[in-house]
Amino acid sequence: MIGTIQAVFGNMVVAESDETIVQNSVGYCCRADGAKLLSEVIRVRGKKIDLQVFEETRGLKVGDEVEFDTNMLSVKLGPGLIGQIYDGLQNPLPQLADKIGYFLEAGNYLPGLDLERKWDFTPTAAVGDTVSAGDCLGTVPETMFTHKIMAPFNLSGKYTIASIIAAGSYTVAEQIATLTNEAGDEVAVTMQQDWPVKRPLAVCKKRLLPTEPLCTRVRIVDSMFPIVKGGTYCIPGPFGAGKTVLQHVTSRNAEVDIVIIAACGERAGEVVETIREFPELIDPRTGRTLMERTIIIANTSAMPVAAREASVYTGVTLAEYYRQMGLNVLMLADSTSRWAQAMRELSGRLEEIPGEEAFPAYLESRIASFYERAGCLELNDGTTASVTIGGTVSPAGGNFEEPVTQGTLKVVGAFHGLSYARSYARRYPAIDPLESWSKYPGIIDPAKVEAVRSVLRRGNEVKQMMTVVGEEGTPLEDFLTMLKAELFDNCYLQQYAFDDIDGNSSPERQTFVFDKILSVLELDIQCDDKASGRDIVLKLQDELRTWNYTEFESDKYTAQLAKIDALIAPHSS
Amino acid sequence: MRKYYDEITRIAGNVVTVKATNVGYDELAIIDTTRGPSLAQVIRLEADEVSLQVFAGTQGVSTGDKIRFLGQAMQVPFTDDLLGRVFNGSGEPRDNRPAVSADTVDIGSPAVNPVRRRMPDTMIDTGIPMIDVFNSLVESQKLPIFSVAGEPYNELLARVGLQAEADIIILGGMGLRHDDYLKFRDTFEEGGVLGRSIMFIHTAADPVVECLLVPDLCLAVGEQFALQGKKVLVLLTDMTAFADALKEIAITMEQIPSNRGYPGDLYTQLARRYEKAVDFDEAGSMTLLAVTTMPGDDVTHPVPDNTGYITEGQFYLRNGRIEPFGSLSRLKQQVNGKTRDDHRAIMDGCLQLYATCRETREKRDMGFEMSEWDDKLIKYGDLFEEKIMDLTVNVPLFDALDLCWEILADCFEPVETGIRRSILEKHWPKELKDE
Repeated sequence: MIGTIQAVFGNMVVAESDETIVQNSVGYCCRADGAKLLSEVIRVRGKKIDLQVFEETRGLKVGDEVEFDTNMLSVKLGPGLIGQIYDGLQNPLPQLADKIGYFLEAGNYLPGLDLERKWDFTPTAAVGDTVSAGDCLGTVPETMFTHKIMAPFNLSGKYTIASIIAAGSYTVAEQIATLTNEAGDEVAVTMQQDWPVKRPLAVCKKRLLPTEPLCTRVRIVDSMFPIVKGGTYCIPGPFGAGKTVLQHVTSRNAEVDIVIIAACGERAGEVVETIREFPELIDPRTGRTLMERTIIIANTSAMPVAAREASVYTGVTLAEYYRQMGLNVLMLADSTSRWAQAMRELSGRLEEIPGEEAFPAYLESRIASFYERAGCLELNDGTTASVTIGGTVSPAGGNFEEPVTQGTLKVVGAFHGLSYARSYARRYPAIDPLESWSKYPGIIDPAKVEAVRSVLRRGNEVKQMMTVVGEEGTPLEDFLTMLKAELFDNCYLQQYAFDDIDGNSSPERQTFVFDKILSVLELDIQCDDKASGRDIVLKLQDELRTWNYTEFESDKYTAQLAKIDALIAPHSS
Repeated sequence: MRKYYDEITRIAGNVVTVKATNVGYDELAIIDTTRGPSLAQVIRLEADEVSLQVFAGTQGVSTGDKIRFLGQAMQVPFTDDLLGRVFNGSGEPRDNRPAVSADTVDIGSPAVNPVRRRMPDTMIDTGIPMIDVFNSLVESQKLPIFSVAGEPYNELLARVGLQAEADIIILGGMGLRHDDYLKFRDTFEEGGVLGRSIMFIHTAADPVVECLLVPDLCLAVGEQFALQGKKVLVLLTDMTAFADALKEIAITMEQIPSNRGYPGDLYTQLARRYEKAVDFDEAGSMTLLAVTTMPGDDVTHPVPDNTGYITEGQFYLRNGRIEPFGSLSRLKQQVNGKTRDDHRAIMDGCLQLYATCRETREKRDMGFEMSEWDDKLIKYGDLFEEKIMDLTVNVPLFDALDLCWEILADCFEPVETGIRRSILEKHWPKELKDE
């Protein structure tokens, strides 16, 4: 199907065609020099078709051809995804660099999966078996995972395996099985299949309520504002508050099978750090490098805008694919504001009536449907698997009262609000303990968490009051509460991300330390005046902090614990 | 054969619309007006109507003027002959010397593939202690200087240009006062760096559209030098003028504004420029230092706000000093661990004491009684401001570190500094007393 270009404006092209056009299908704008620029149909008005182009539109002319496809924007699913670095449209970046050098010239695309590489396939189904969409036909080993080769997800109804290839090495393009159904339809199956990125992929018995905590080893997250496998959370914060460091730490330490990092419209330097570091870092839980469980989608801020929107969908589709194999996947999107801005740019070009801050009216529903793709599933074979989505938000001016933050807060299950004041005071991670919330169960008894929160709240009130009435005007009891709140902040909420021990706190350690500090908060501190009270609390605080830097259950750890217990003893009744 | 189009249907703001066919998006055109020829760039194609932004502005453009399309996007000549030269925002000489003829390169090249970038790891010495010691500038970093009108940001920029180790210095002036341009030129000439510098200058009196091209011209040339293995330093002033020019064009094109009249793609436009800062795998690097004046000293204004999300930190220039709090070099951790073993200790120690000193000053101003410790802090704060923070201070890194030690030893007992014992033992300038 062919059309001709009528108008070009930024990354939007209007084409005219008399033929059948599918909304959201792919088109290629053919530049005079032969380059074909990938685009997507976003609006049809009579014969006029609006396309967003995923590349710079420089050089396109009125009258140039547009080739339309009936397929929607899709990704390739199959073995070889793990460890890859893709752009937002699933072009493998290392291979692109080998082909075209330093720059990402427009119109260069490579297949998302290596077509040459052979994989060791072992069939798990036999001729005559009945299968339906998503059922396992065989497996290949991929890094440390058993990658399931599944019947195409777009099959409807029951099919019978007419033939299946014997165990051996095959490429992803080779046919490995033939399926037939009663109507006589025949489906050829390879190890790769396409799936449109904007359609949720969830072949399952039912959706489950997510309840199992997802441990990130960040204390304030796991203990205070937990996330769960299959849940969603967001991290809004002004620039410099440490969003990216928090995402980075989470991508390293999170206790999940696979991590997908979608760097959407952010700094290239940060992606480079991940790309260079992850192949070197060993994950202590598996003994393999972090890269062997990670997929990076890098659509940095200098790359074309429209591909930014695609990049978060590409990421979540890959996450859903691995979920179909029974794995727990964490997808991190940094930052969803850039994706929303891309929507705003396009909406402006389409001359749609703008909503708040010129964002389109459908902003909230788009955000909602994106986060809804997370979830915990009971698959057809009975196993549970999940996709968890964590998105950062970069609100303009650090003000949370803006459409993207508000639209996100409505649909997520946990909110980790970063505060500029905390980051300014170098209290990292700068998650605000009074503003943030989580609707999920965590590793700590909710009653205990509430007890701590009330100390923190009270401590904050006293601190506010003290700025007015001074230390002299504060009752001793309030003063001690304030010190205790500070102690909890210093010794538990703050965590040094770059320290191997402190930056990586296991759930067992967290539950133990939390109880210990809670017992400190509940102490009836015996002191004569504020100065001696402060001395007692500061001394405890110092020892507790040192404790954080000792290896869990090592001799030093036990020795330090004894020291702390000795300090506590005189005050416990 | 040259084909001319003369059916101009609309003239508004700096944009002219003409009926023409076979024109590429982003292509350049020349419009012959009564004031002489001017370059123009295609910014919208719609059926047979082509909208062009005219670099020299549309004053005096008539509906009878002729337009010729060049069949290519904006380009800039690239050769070593550019060194020592001054150009305007259209890439034409403004130093009364002949035009440079050489092979040309496109401006606004595609993004660099992230897998071909290196992790930045080389510090750039500037001789300014507030940068070198406290927020080191790193090769390939992109850093804005947030400031307000009246602050000596251009002087700071010129000094960094003079003193930083760079093979090539490229200065991009946007909305610059003519005096400032002359000052830059004189400073570079006196400092003897004119021979390895290139200037693209748009002054406040020049047409606003030319302002838009300045960063692209600078970065396109810089990128080519970097690809040849050179260390390039690009200095831009003032990016707020650039953003305002974007706003002006967007409003003329009837785009829906998003925030305070700025177009919705402000972030993208800024990011496309800043992200050109790069350390190429197996080639050179380009470092970008840009002034952003904050209207009303408001960091939440869309221009500094969007910039902060893009760049790798920021310097705040206030009261003629680089503010130690709020200023941040996100890449400093990559380099300051391997300069000298006391670098990080001095960086943290000095700043913590200075922060305490500021609290003490507040206390003093409110009339509270000063203790001995308070007096020490105030003495320290004054010395620190005079010998380290002052912008005229010009010492290499190691001397600056020694200077910090001297000030500390002058004001405090070793334990009072909060610096680790092992570091104190090695660097404390006086004899250490055993505790």
